[in-house]
Amino acid sequence: MSALDMIVEVASWVAILLGSAFMLIGAVGTLRFPDFWSRVHAVSVADSAGMLLLTLGMCMQGGFTLVTVKLIIIGIFLFITGPTATHAVANAALVSGFLPKGADAFRKPKLIVDKETKKIKKKKRSPLKGKL
Amino acid sequence: MRHHLLLRVITKLLVGPIILFALYVQFHGDYSPGGGFQAGVIFAVAFILFGIVFGLSKVKQVFPPWLVHKLAALGVLIYAGTGVYSLMLGATYLNYSAFTPDHPEHGQHWGILIVELGVGVTVAAVMVAIYYAFAARPPVISDEEW
Repeated sequence: MSALDMIVEVASWVAILLGSAFMLIGAVGTLRFPDFWSRVHAVSVADSAGMLLLTLGMCMQGGFTLVTVKLIIIGIFLFITGPTATHAVANAALVSGFLPKGADAFRKPKLIVDKETKKIKKKKRSPLKGKL
Repeated sequence: MRHHLLLRVITKLLVGPIILFALYVQFHGDYSPGGGFQAGVIFAVAFILFGIVFGLSKVKQVFPPWLVHKLAALGVLIYAGTGVYSLMLGATYLNYSAFTPDHPEHGQHWGILIVELGVGVTVAAVMVAIYYAFAARPPVISDEEW
């Protein structure tokens, strides 16, 4: 085994192990994060990175063969479809009115009204209620 | 569907490669994992994906229902016809070796290829037909009630 082979071997295993670590972190994030949005974020980003590193590592293991060509095609396919699927899921959630934790404060800023003004407004409104 | 720009672009990008991959699985099935059933499903997935993103009427223009039903029958006809052809050559049903008596392996190669083609055509057509049947149903719950 020449020195170049050794370097390729080490680099491929570093990529594979790093990719596996990314996948594992993504899986833990999916299970442990508090709400939907952070879970989607964890799994999509970590999955893309892990998939890319795993494919790269396996390409280096494969060498200049047909296997490497197929791996590159798979990698391109997953690189396009993964974020698209995440986009579709997140978009559907947002359209159906699913908000991130604590986002209500940004969506509808609460008017800070002191108690006196509230009372006056209530008093002004209350006599009309019966008539309308 | 005008809202989903990203999905439309990605679908246009992917439909062609999916059909190409289906044909690869179909005709490479005797050397690698795959075969008629898987290829048919992948082929149908291209149309189902197109239908989901662009709507049922668009995909029905590309792959009209009358053609789907004819193709579902045609695949079975190819499969059974191969068997009947081997019967007519004096061998048992679906005995591919009878096609080329001098070189049985050659006949077997051709036989499995044709039979898998029949399976693929039928599976693809039936999958698309099932999708049409489900997608053409009027929704039980209206969109506002979701």
